[in-house]
Amino acid sequence: MLELEHVWKSYRIGALGSKRLTAVRDVSFQIAPGEVLSVVGESGSGKTTIGKMVLQLASVTRGTIRLDGADVTARGHRERKAYYRRVQGVFQDPFSSYNPIFKADRVLETVRESYFPRTGRGEWNEKVENSLQAVRLDPGSVLGKYPHQLSGGQLQRMLIARALLLDIEVLVADEIISMLDASTRIDVLNLLGELKERGLGVLFITHDLSLANYISERVVIMRHGAVVETGATGTVFGDPRHPYSRNLLASVPQLHRKWSDDPATPQELEPDGDRSVDPPPLTRVGEQHWVAAHP
Amino acid sequence: MALQVEDLKVHYRTTKGDVRALDGVSFSLADGEIMGLAGESGCGKTTLGKSLIRLDGRMRHVGGSAVLDDEELPIGDDRAMNARRWKEVSIIPQYSMSAMNPTRKIGKMTAELLRSRRISYRDIEDELVRRLELVGLSSKVLGNYPIELSGGMKQRMVMVLSTLLDPSLLIADEVTSALDVTNQKAVAETLVKFRDLGFVKSMIVVTHDLSLVYQIADTIMVMYAGRIVEKAPAETVIKSPRHPYTQALIGALPEVGLEYGTERLRSIPGRPPHLLDPPTGCRFRDRCPLAFEQCAEEPPAVAVADGHEVSCWKAAN
Repeated sequence: MLELEHVWKSYRIGALGSKRLTAVRDVSFQIAPGEVLSVVGESGSGKTTIGKMVLQLASVTRGTIRLDGADVTARGHRERKAYYRRVQGVFQDPFSSYNPIFKADRVLETVRESYFPRTGRGEWNEKVENSLQAVRLDPGSVLGKYPHQLSGGQLQRMLIARALLLDIEVLVADEIISMLDASTRIDVLNLLGELKERGLGVLFITHDLSLANYISERVVIMRHGAVVETGATGTVFGDPRHPYSRNLLASVPQLHRKWSDDPATPQELEPDGDRSVDPPPLTRVGEQHWVAAHP
Repeated sequence: MALQVEDLKVHYRTTKGDVRALDGVSFSLADGEIMGLAGESGCGKTTLGKSLIRLDGRMRHVGGSAVLDDEELPIGDDRAMNARRWKEVSIIPQYSMSAMNPTRKIGKMTAELLRSRRISYRDIEDELVRRLELVGLSSKVLGNYPIELSGGMKQRMVMVLSTLLDPSLLIADEVTSALDVTNQKAVAETLVKFRDLGFVKSMIVVTHDLSLVYQIADTIMVMYAGRIVEKAPAETVIKSPRHPYTQALIGALPEVGLEYGTERLRSIPGRPPHLLDPPTGCRFRDRCPLAFEQCAEEPPAVAVADGHEVSCWKAAN
């Protein structure tokens, strides 16, 4: 169980860090094993920062992130390495995640070097084969290839296979679909569904509401660093209460509805204000449905 | 008829031989038509867009023609094309919003661009400001550097610039893909507005996002491996596609309301053929669930209904 409790993050920006930018404001949520939680929002809403904090690529300014009840903030290399055994991330661009000079399966080999130095070659190969099969890749057709010889979907699934080598409990998937073709993206999405059924907790970060709807049980909608609406996916998307969520849903291009059929103009929203103050509190509006106060 | 493309062939030169990115493409575009051009990466949709305005150093015009407003475009002749760029054919290239000169204020950059066409910035400034306001940008952005604008603002700025000289044909290449949904909608609707106001006569919207292009396009053309597989009114392509590739592409789209637990979407197995040495016959054959013997021969484009053309043996029967 991964828990975020009142997490804040501010970055120092400007010359010599003279200004502060608050990217994440008072965000709390949990991800249970076998659950996909989607974090949805526009660019600059702080969704990627949350992923980075969970992966300890950015420090937490205030609040705590806990994994099975223990604070995850690692002190020193050894603790960090132990943490990465349990939590791994996959990012947006599979093409730049690989070093083009080396063969693609080097990403798997580096896991062996740092985590399983004593595992024998035969045993390791078997482990690699199993995890590739878990992501529905044919080992024969991807091992020994260079990144440019593989498709984006294959590369992305190989990165997930790399994470699976470590018996992880939580996977942070930051926009892992958006660079892929329509024909292959659904493979990766279905794969997340299978991993979920095997008990993995997935933090699925996306700007695409239809993907969030398809794969996750619960959704968190963010704006300007704070949560505006959260709850069970069906409830939130079926009955969005916050004007921002409604605007967002109305803008999604869909095949069964044209924008021109629904001439409702998007509601004006309050502009980005002082981010250092507490965001509007969430109130419960239904079973499994919370919404932030709005004018 | 604004644009008439006939058997257009454009190849990429590589050390291994010619990659046939466009291998005999024919279609026409009516006045005022917005055509969506969809397909997987590497199907030739960007190449088609680029061929109509500027071939880069690796591209070679092998055959076929494109006629714009009763005048043939000199596709292979870079110099002759230059006189037509921006005024007759214009493009919003992929990632162009990140391609604005970061060291120039936007107004100055625009003036420099116009000078290359021997047009005075002063003469056109009023019109420029009017159009900026139309897309929701204040004239203040002309005094800003690109870094001061958000992604959506930059994209709209580039759109205004590309259409400033009222081109007859606009090619919009993946203009929405780097934006989030709210900006996506604003940008897509701006394209329609430009057509309605007559800033551009007709438009080709290149995208991989079928559900987005369905919102704004009059017709949709689907490409696969350097060829056109289906062209029809947008409504027909989405609601009753005839080509198995189009059907598979639409079947792989997640929609709001669809959940993993209730219904499983399916991808298209395999990957597109390499165009260095494309297969004979139907190019979708290896991935097609309906393939049979006749597919070894090349399927002709058949009109199954008014304005609905399909290149498939099964769909034609």
